[in-house]
Amino acid sequence: MTDAAMIWNLLAALIIGLGYLAAFVFVGGLLLRIALYIKTPVPLKIVQTPGPKSAPGVLARIAGDVLIFPNLFQADKLLWLGAWIFHACLFLILVRHTRYFLYPVPELVIDWQTISVYAGFFFPIPALYLFWRRLASSRVLYISGLPDYITLILLTAIASTGMLVHYFARVYLVDVKAFTLGLVTFAPVPPPQHPIFIAHFLLVCALLIWFPFSKLMHAGGIFFSPTRNQIDNVLYPRYVNKWNEEVRVD
Amino acid sequence: MPEKFADFPATALAWRKTNGGIAIPVPEMDEGIAAAMVCHPSKAKDMKPIALPTERVPQWQARAVEKLRELLTKYRGLSVYLDICAQCGACSDKCQFYLGTGDPNNMPVARANLLRKVYRYYFKRAERFLGGDAEPFNEQVLKEWYTYFYQCSECRRCSVFCPYGIDTAEITMAAREIMAAIGVATKYVTEVVAKVYERGNNLGIPAPAWIDNCQFLEEELKTETGKDIRMPVDEVGADVLLVMPSADNFANTDTMMAYGKLFYALGMSWTTSTYCNEGGNFGLFLNYQNMKKVNKRILDAARDLKVKRVIWGECGHAWRAAIYTNTLNGPMDFLDPPHPVHICQFTADLIKRGAFKIDKSANDDLLITYHDPCNAARAGSLLEEPRAMIRATCNKFVEMPRNTIREKTFCCGAGGGLLTDEIMPIRMAGGKPRAEACRSTGANYLAVPCAICKAQLPELMKHWKVDVKVGGVHDLLSRAMIL
Ligand code: SF4
Ligand code: SF4
Ligand code: SF4
Repeated sequence: MTDAAMIWNLLAALIIGLGYLAAFVFVGGLLLRIALYIKTPVPLKIVQTPGPKSAPGVLARIAGDVLIFPNLFQADKLLWLGAWIFHACLFLILVRHTRYFLYPVPELVIDWQTISVYAGFFFPIPALYLFWRRLASSRVLYISGLPDYITLILLTAIASTGMLVHYFARVYLVDVKAFTLGLVTFAPVPPPQHPIFIAHFLLVCALLIWFPFSKLMHAGGIFFSPTRNQIDNVLYPRYVNKWNEEVRVD
Repeated sequence: MPEKFADFPATALAWRKTNGGIAIPVPEMDEGIAAAMVCHPSKAKDMKPIALPTERVPQWQARAVEKLRELLTKYRGLSVYLDICAQCGACSDKCQFYLGTGDPNNMPVARANLLRKVYRYYFKRAERFLGGDAEPFNEQVLKEWYTYFYQCSECRRCSVFCPYGIDTAEITMAAREIMAAIGVATKYVTEVVAKVYERGNNLGIPAPAWIDNCQFLEEELKTETGKDIRMPVDEVGADVLLVMPSADNFANTDTMMAYGKLFYALGMSWTTSTYCNEGGNFGLFLNYQNMKKVNKRILDAARDLKVKRVIWGECGHAWRAAIYTNTLNGPMDFLDPPHPVHICQFTADLIKRGAFKIDKSANDDLLITYHDPCNAARAGSLLEEPRAMIRATCNKFVEMPRNTIREKTFCCGAGGGLLTDEIMPIRMAGGKPRAEACRSTGANYLAVPCAICKAQLPELMKHWKVDVKVGGVHDLLSRAMIL
């Protein structure tokens, strides 16, 4: 083996290792965090009223929160628009990417291919808006911290490298699929020898590792917000707090 | 009254009506402008009876972190909300205390960040590593907490605008509970809770004075109506125990007399209790233990007096605590269902069933508008009943602008334990949106079912020169009722 080939093999092994590590941290971290939320009691009925009076109503409220951000709409129309487009693009991009991990590729993913690609192109616009907003509004600037900027930069960098490999510095699709399917079937093969693709992949790894430890957890936490996921039935039945007994009052 | 709050920018901004709503001007940020507005610290004599340390505990930093750890395992809301805030700023112009002062720490998200940075320091090292704002719990942080967590009325307005429903009030409550555990609390809140244990009510009215006042009101009612309307005290075996805010006994006496007329018209026996003549619960603004203990007195009184039902009087935060009764000290199954019951629910239901003879024209001299107490609206689901009562008893009812009512209601500016004189500038600044919304209706009567609002709003309206009389919802029924 030549030196170059040896170095490449080593690099490939590292990249593959990092991919697994990222997946492990992401899944493990997410599950641990969610397990923690589930385990932590909700001592009192703190539903935001007026709220849904029944369980299906609660499901509708949560579905609404996840899909159309009604509270944000009330708060700030422009932010709502920016944030909604941002998330819609992300969603379409995610859906499209399942084609690299599923075989055969689901029908829906194929149908959505065109619009999903557009979403990828479009994504930097809402991302830039959100970034610009952090700097332009004195109130948002005041609350913004480094992680807020890093998260936006990371996502934009992922989307841009993705678009580069898709259009401009094309990577051979068969190689990509071999690599990704290799990863999910635990029979890894080296990634395509394409620096932008490798950058894209590594950035995604960084995002996955960052996810459970950061505000990105809002994607999971939104389902566990007691003001939004409780039934507005303050009178009946009796709501029980597990640790109420421990609090002595005599 | 200090004129300092001329400093706060809300005074200068223009308020315009827009289609059905009102344009709410957002002040420029002015860092630290409200920093000097702090509540007086608690006194040892009040801390003792409410089971809190009489002075700062040794190793208070470590103790506070330990308490935070404990609360994180007890409150899912706290744990989730500290994690998931996207720092989007949607809530940043929704708090009346930011709108009134322009102090950035009064933006809900920034207020929560005061706790979040401590959380990050001890429990979220990854974010700290990436440059997230993190700080150990120290004297400076404690000072910020004490200032700004007592400039939050726990009104939950912010949660209505947060995409995840993040309730900064939950975070404020946690911070106050942590501070209480290390011996840091405000004089006003602790004094009130201590008074409840000593005298049975927030105002510290002794039993003989309570009875006296009730007799006085009976005489008033006799002069007014010519009827023997009773204001019973400690009557064993009555149907109903009424727990109203104790202020109704001598400040909001029109409301108190209205209760008397109401039960008289129904021919129902009722009573107040000198052991527990308070519906309010300042434990809610301090810590779980005191909230539970204050709440327990109500059920104890109900058992002692062998009543069939407990009804909560016109009070916002009392109702928020009331809906926890079944959880805190229940089951309440020794009482007739449904429970708990708010007097507005009780009365609105009876009005609907035609229990009273009402002459609406008795209120024709009034143009009435209605203030949703934040606790009643956003935490207690009490929105329709008071409105139904007003519509049934008055001809002229006008709503305030739609972005200032119902679940979007502005707090009066003095809830959550802020009804204390040393922070009058904060109260007036925080109440400004409510005052402007009220002004825009041209109403001359502001109906509100909350004793704290009834104490705050007249001062507020006077300060902002809004010419309106503040009174209860039952007062209107009382005027219109034909006995
Ligand atoms: S709960 Fe009310 S007072 Fe407290 S931060 Fe939110 S809006 Fe402001
Ligand atoms: S609206 Fe919610 S998520 Fe956005 S900054 Fe405020 S608390 Fe955080
Ligand atoms: S006093 Fe009235 S408006 Fe203010 S916090 Fe209480 S219920 Fe809310």
